[in-house]
Amino acid sequence: MTTTAHGTAPGDAVYFKHGESVPVRRIPTPMWLRAARYWGYQYRRTWRSSVVTSFLIPILYLAAMGIALGSLIDKHSHGVDGVTYVAYLAPGLLAGTCMQIGTNDATYPVMGAIKWMRTYLAQLATPLEVYDVLLGHLAWIMARLAIVVSIYLVVMAAFGVIYSPWAIAALPAALLTGLAFAAPVSAFAATQDKDSSFSTLYRFAIIPMFLFSGTFFPISQLPTWLQGVAYATPLYHGVSLCRDLTLGQVSWADLGHVAYLCACGLVGYLAGRRTFARRLVV
Amino acid sequence: MVEAHGLVKRFGDFVAVDGVDFTISPGESFGFLGPNGAGKTSTMRMISCISPVSEGTLSVLGMDPSTDGPRIRARMGLVPQEDSLDLELTVLDNLMIYGRYFDMPKKVIRERAEQLLDFAQLTDRANDRVDPLSGGMKRRLTIARALISDPDLLILDEPTTGLDPQARHLLWDRLYRLKQEGVTLIITTHYMDEAEQLCDRLVVMDKGRFAAEGTPRQLIDAFSTKEVVELRFAPGQHEEIAPSLAALAERQEVLPDRILLYTEDGDAALAEVARMGLVAQSTLVRRSTLEDVFLRLTGRTLVD
Repeated sequence: MTTTAHGTAPGDAVYFKHGESVPVRRIPTPMWLRAARYWGYQYRRTWRSSVVTSFLIPILYLAAMGIALGSLIDKHSHGVDGVTYVAYLAPGLLAGTCMQIGTNDATYPVMGAIKWMRTYLAQLATPLEVYDVLLGHLAWIMARLAIVVSIYLVVMAAFGVIYSPWAIAALPAALLTGLAFAAPVSAFAATQDKDSSFSTLYRFAIIPMFLFSGTFFPISQLPTWLQGVAYATPLYHGVSLCRDLTLGQVSWADLGHVAYLCACGLVGYLAGRRTFARRLVV
Repeated sequence: MVEAHGLVKRFGDFVAVDGVDFTISPGESFGFLGPNGAGKTSTMRMISCISPVSEGTLSVLGMDPSTDGPRIRARMGLVPQEDSLDLELTVLDNLMIYGRYFDMPKKVIRERAEQLLDFAQLTDRANDRVDPLSGGMKRRLTIARALISDPDLLILDEPTTGLDPQARHLLWDRLYRLKQEGVTLIITTHYMDEAEQLCDRLVVMDKGRFAAEGTPRQLIDAFSTKEVVELRFAPGQHEEIAPSLAALAERQEVLPDRILLYTEDGDAALAEVARMGLVAQSTLVRRSTLEDVFLRLTGRTLVD
């Protein structure tokens, strides 16, 4: 570079051909996709830090609890609901992992994009609107989940716990479970000023749900009043749906699970449109 | 380019912008000058279509921000008060990502990024992460980023606040070049030297209203005298001495740390002070600036 501290001399390159517009694509990319693309770009640089939590932990769980603990359970009570414990547990962990990733990606990253890095504000200074920003972020969370779920399903196949071709549909089912958390949680995150509310969310909602929504054992083991609570959680429906699909025990009840999860995602998204707008468009 | 009538911005009961009118023409460099909380940023945010108008009419690039926000923003570059760069990514990545929001092809962004990095004097840092860069470099990158889509209108909210003098001068030089190349600039600032350097025309804003409007020269002519004598006496003496000096000037301002005498002939006034037997700790005769205009209009200095 030949410039000095005071810049290039006048008459050098003209940087701005004023009035001449920059070429854009003939078919415009949807706005939400432009927002989602940002997260993908960012992930390409930062994915290493999430490998352990997203991929390794669920597989370790599956090995430790499914195989080790599972052999004990299978020996004493001949599996759970007529299948081996590992086959019972694997789809539960799949849905549980989707809940955790969906929640994770909708808490700190959303707050960061509002307060710390101000990514949303940068996006809103471009043609993007506030619901593009929200939809783009959710779309990215789904894209990331799709990778995690695909790998997990391959691992499940390797463990020999996929019993039916219906298991293909466990991919969208698991994504839907993730969305049923990511959408309402991001709506919530946009109303928060401090990240301490997120640990409360984990302590009192996410972790109890992970343990008691049929992930590790059938909810019929719970006291009756708790069964009702478990039944109301989105995770219960995600777990049941994924389990029915990988075990090939599909019934009409699964449509109910799908409807419940869709409702959680939709209500979350609509709430998010409101909370995002209230926070970002003032 | 921008036309506003009776523009109002309210936050609950608080009125940030209280019915202002202005017109900004293509190629013009227009400034909003005022202290913190005067309503400059709120006005800018309405112009940049990121904050809805509470009342009045606003037209930007011939369109209505309430319905054409995305189309307006597609032709506008915004440099917000606080940087919103992605600190974990590189300088070049930040430009690439931003260009993609405008749906520009990667190849085109890369070419423009190269020019803009040269313009912002960041070519050597293109592949470095943004986080460790200095405040001035981040600011220049934010400006380069706002220019990636070749906007017709560039909006800068306090572009040099918090920068050291050298970084400010470098930035002014860059902005001056943009102005020369015909980019329409809208700038808010609470630095009068910045406004004098960069603005063809400006408004002085105070408490949500315009206190005055014109070119820097017009404002100085209309609201101040040709010269100003600044006198510093021992602490605490100012209130006591001020009345005896009042006759020497057309107008005087007593500030906590100095007395300002507004006069057509500063040297003559200073000589008169000496004849009265008053010994100031320091004296200065200078030309009037926008700071004086501001003091006159609002009774306050710009940077509190």
